[in-house]
Amino acid sequence: MHEVRIHGRGGQGAVMASGILAAALVGEGRHVMAIPAFGFERRGAPVVAFLRFDDREIRRVTNIYAPDTVIVIDPTVARSVDVFAGMKPGGTLVQSTKKAAADMVLPSHLARVALCDAVGIAMAIFKRPITNTIMLGAFARATGLVGIDSLVAALEATDFRDAGLKQNIEAVRRGFDETIITQLAAHAA
Amino acid sequence: MSAPATLKATSRTMVIDGNEAAAWGAALSRPDVVAVYPITPQSSLVEYLAKFIAEGKMDAELMDVEGEHSVLSVLHGACLAGGRTYSATSAQGLAYMFEPYFRTPGLRLPMVVSLVTRDSVTPCCVWGGQQDAMTVKEVGWIQMYCETQQEICDSIPIAYKVAEHADVMLPVNVCHDGNYLSYGVARVDLPEQEVVDAFLGEKNVNWHACLDPERPMAVDPLTGGAGGIGPSTFVRYRKGQCAGMAAALDVIVAAHEDWGRRTGRYWSPLIEDYRMEDAEVALVTIGSMTGAAKDAVDDARLDGRKVGLVKIKTFRPFPAKVIAKALSKVKAVGVVDRAVNFGWNCGPVFQEVLAALYANPTRVPLISFIGGLAGADITPEHFGRAIADTVRVAAGETMSSPIWLNEFDQ
Repeated sequence: MHEVRIHGRGGQGAVMASGILAAALVGEGRHVMAIPAFGFERRGAPVVAFLRFDDREIRRVTNIYAPDTVIVIDPTVARSVDVFAGMKPGGTLVQSTKKAAADMVLPSHLARVALCDAVGIAMAIFKRPITNTIMLGAFARATGLVGIDSLVAALEATDFRDAGLKQNIEAVRRGFDETIITQLAAHAA
Repeated sequence: MSAPATLKATSRTMVIDGNEAAAWGAALSRPDVVAVYPITPQSSLVEYLAKFIAEGKMDAELMDVEGEHSVLSVLHGACLAGGRTYSATSAQGLAYMFEPYFRTPGLRLPMVVSLVTRDSVTPCCVWGGQQDAMTVKEVGWIQMYCETQQEICDSIPIAYKVAEHADVMLPVNVCHDGNYLSYGVARVDLPEQEVVDAFLGEKNVNWHACLDPERPMAVDPLTGGAGGIGPSTFVRYRKGQCAGMAAALDVIVAAHEDWGRRTGRYWSPLIEDYRMEDAEVALVTIGSMTGAAKDAVDDARLDGRKVGLVKIKTFRPFPAKVIAKALSKVKAVGVVDRAVNFGWNCGPVFQEVLAALYANPTRVPLISFIGGLAGADITPEHFGRAIADTVRVAAGETMSSPIWLNEFDQ
């Protein structure tokens, strides 16, 4: 079982991203359970969504406390919440940021960071900092656990309220192409 | 993880949350009239229904009325006119619906209403829990609790089959947990429309009393009192209602069996036994908490503890005999509730199981666990503690009950 926690801010589509990722994984034959953490939804407030997938039936309908991978779709939300809380040793961080890995303070048990200037890409594509689908491309690149074609197929089945399908397909592909992966020394092969 | 591709998706495969699964279950059952008023965490369910109707995926009259009292009142009229009816509500909405809600089973109206279960104020909260559904357990509605999104979708057609059965003629609440199921997303394979149509058969919703201008009739005149045929007439109605409830147990089993034959999905109709064959202690669960509890049972088995689990699907009518039988061989039972029974200082399911076991020749000690209130999570670790405590009870230890599973959450 692989467990993912997505951090974002209200209005950025973290919950929608978990639904799209779930659909992509089901398309590949996985069992998936995606649960949004809940609060009083408001724009800008920190938001969390959980997703677990496996080749076996998933029975637990619970939140995720020890993720294998953390996706942070907002560059500043890590100032407000501990995005590394409970992360399994050897895990992967997929982070929206302009920074380089060397300029970041990272916990020692991380194995890999995947960084993507998702806001820069989003401003070019959407003219707004909507980074959710870009960061799904970054997740695919960082982990290899979902195929880019499966993500595109899931996007095609998604009902977008205020952004076009074509733009989102470009977004997920650019997220995939423009993510920089760093293996951290302690875990280098 | 190994390479995927074990589970082929089909054109009927959806990846949706529990509220959308319920809306699809309703749409596939072809109700004539749907009346709605939104309330968290049910709101998206009725938004899906409105969308399906607007897009022509569902051919039903949508009545967007001013509150839940009106929701159920207009559905009374629709159902008395022979229509198949559907709605959904939660918590305070159910409270506001209560006056017509109480009348529905007595009128023998076979409607289906989803309860997207939520804890009930006060303290003010809008999150999952089963306090709302448990509070109305004595009103005379059938109650079935779902464990997964797929089971939600499938249980709504099953509920119509039960409700409209001539031996039953009672309303059904299909309950699914707010938040964890209502917003939780998983794979759902929609049954084919033709399969649901064949399962439900020709629509004959209300053959016993039908509003018809050609044949005027009075429905529900003043009945009872202390004189003449009043008392005996009232008793006749009440006895009939109780007989319908009792008959529902067999009908529920048959309807689930029929559904299984048509779809390949055989849901446990009344209760599900999990690893009970040689179990020395058992947990009793209800709803979406069950998956985490099964994982905890497997963990305890790996540690050499003989633990089993009994999940309740049908809570009303209470399947007392099958529960007593399922729990007849264990040395202790831990019942996990997602609601509170204030009168007995325990969980409501606990009290029911306690009563069911009274008929057993051997006295089994029970312990009440209460968790998952107001959206709280019940994790495999919480269930692990519940199992450990139940094992201690089996060993003869006396423990203070109830045990509040989330009391020390940080």
